[in-house]
Amino acid sequence: MTTLTDIKKAPVDVEAIRQRFPALHQQVNGYPLVYLDNAATSQKPQEVIDALRRYYEQDNANIHRGIHTLAERSTANFEETRKAIQQFIHAGEAEEIVFTSGTTGSINLVAQTYGRKYLQEDDEVIISSLEHHSNIVPWQMICEEKGAKLKVIPITESGELNLDAYKKLLTEKTRMVSVAHVSNTLGTINPIKDVIDLAHQAGARVLIDAAQGIVHCRIDVQALDCDFLAFSGHKMYGPTGTGVLYGKRELLEAMPPYQGGGEMIKEVTFAKTTYNELPYKFEAGTPNIGDVVTLKTAVEFINGLDRDAVIAHEEHLVRKTMQGLEQIPGIRLIGTAPHKAGVVSFVSDHIHHFDLGMMLDARGIAIRTGHHCTEPLMSLLNIEGTCRASFAVYNTEQEVDYLLQAVRALVEKKKK
Amino acid sequence: MTQPINDIQEEIIEEFSLLEGDLESTVFYIMELGNKLPALDPRYQVDENLVKGCQSKVWLTTRFEGGKVYFMADSNTEVTKGLISLLIRLWNGRTPEEILASDLFFINRIGMSRVIGSQRSNGFASMIKQMRLYALGYQQKAAAN
Repeated sequence: MTTLTDIKKAPVDVEAIRQRFPALHQQVNGYPLVYLDNAATSQKPQEVIDALRRYYEQDNANIHRGIHTLAERSTANFEETRKAIQQFIHAGEAEEIVFTSGTTGSINLVAQTYGRKYLQEDDEVIISSLEHHSNIVPWQMICEEKGAKLKVIPITESGELNLDAYKKLLTEKTRMVSVAHVSNTLGTINPIKDVIDLAHQAGARVLIDAAQGIVHCRIDVQALDCDFLAFSGHKMYGPTGTGVLYGKRELLEAMPPYQGGGEMIKEVTFAKTTYNELPYKFEAGTPNIGDVVTLKTAVEFINGLDRDAVIAHEEHLVRKTMQGLEQIPGIRLIGTAPHKAGVVSFVSDHIHHFDLGMMLDARGIAIRTGHHCTEPLMSLLNIEGTCRASFAVYNTEQEVDYLLQAVRALVEKKKK
Repeated sequence: MTQPINDIQEEIIEEFSLLEGDLESTVFYIMELGNKLPALDPRYQVDENLVKGCQSKVWLTTRFEGGKVYFMADSNTEVTKGLISLLIRLWNGRTPEEILASDLFFINRIGMSRVIGSQRSNGFASMIKQMRLYALGYQQKAAAN
């Protein structure tokens, strides 16, 4: 008989969750697929796949301004996702949620609107050494245009932000601080609350790149008091081509529109156009309706899980992988911060990461190899790239064991 | 008379067929081939000779002698180096015309189309393009003389 204590202690029922992900149940190169490339994109549960199909089978219509029933249904569903996202990140209002094409789109939006309006010559923008190119290049572009400076927070040997150095970088000229919540290459969970508070004390705004963090950590934008938060739907079991920008209302209100077109206008004459209200001001043209509608199902999927248990499960997989890899001669971990989520990067002293990635693929194991769009971080660490295993709720201890066995066996085999 | 390029491609396909489509054996065999290719003299491993892929580096240098193109190359990944050794086997000592006219069907047949699928991910795809560019350059130079 199951007692209450058992239920409390029960870990995530990974097997039951796996059953809901059809893509996981296939053979790859003659082996059962072990999908460890979740930091690039996660697989989708059946209900997400069904929701996308249902949208096109039953509800497809262009949203807003339509007076017919399908348009109304589609509009309602689209706005329901906005509310679901609002609740998911605990934003104050649904209007603070802007749909974009992805994290990259969200960061570019802020750089090109907030940045363009408020950055002036000699102003400063701060990013960190472990940022993804998506959180480097948009800032470089606008800084170059405005004659502003881009400053970089250094990291420690284990891959953590050097907060003392960060404090010194903050000046009265700092307008914006933009850092990742979780490093996509090292897995480090950055102390974003401290980053935000320190920036605010210096009078700067903060954007958090939550592309990785959104699925591995709980995020409450009001408690964090972050000014902007950017993430993608496809790394949180949702469809590709969906992204979110959260911004505080007063900031979004003050920002000029990004792109011109339909949906974002209030009134258009050839002499002058007035712009629509939030969030539509930033959603020019027909958005990615089907995928945004479907994103709600992904949020519900996550909400339906015991999130603390999921976080503990994923952390366990990360630790187990790190401990196992450390035991393999010639394998070196890259990124050993005490607080990590979702990602384990490693290199072999004898096998190039590309070759090792090919060998693991031959055994059905999907990992990512290369610089993970963090080239500046790679140069800093003096490596060309890593092998990266990244985890989701549906990954199992057995899969970790299989990865470890495979790496050990391949390293041995290569020696001969 | 040198053996036609397509005959060599068929030969390669036959050699690989012994591995019965097993991807791991294929990868290891390609790496073995890579290790047999003499390392490129470090003086040629310079940025001017670098054909950059997203994940691997390839160095390529050529010479044109008696109307024929000769290649020397190296890579920092063994799989890429192995694939390059196959290209050299096909194309070394050929006329620019032969190189430009050839269709590299062996790559797909040995199950390695994955490696050229994404131009960015691997130096191998850029390498093929670069080798053909050299052939084109020599062809035009020869025509001009």
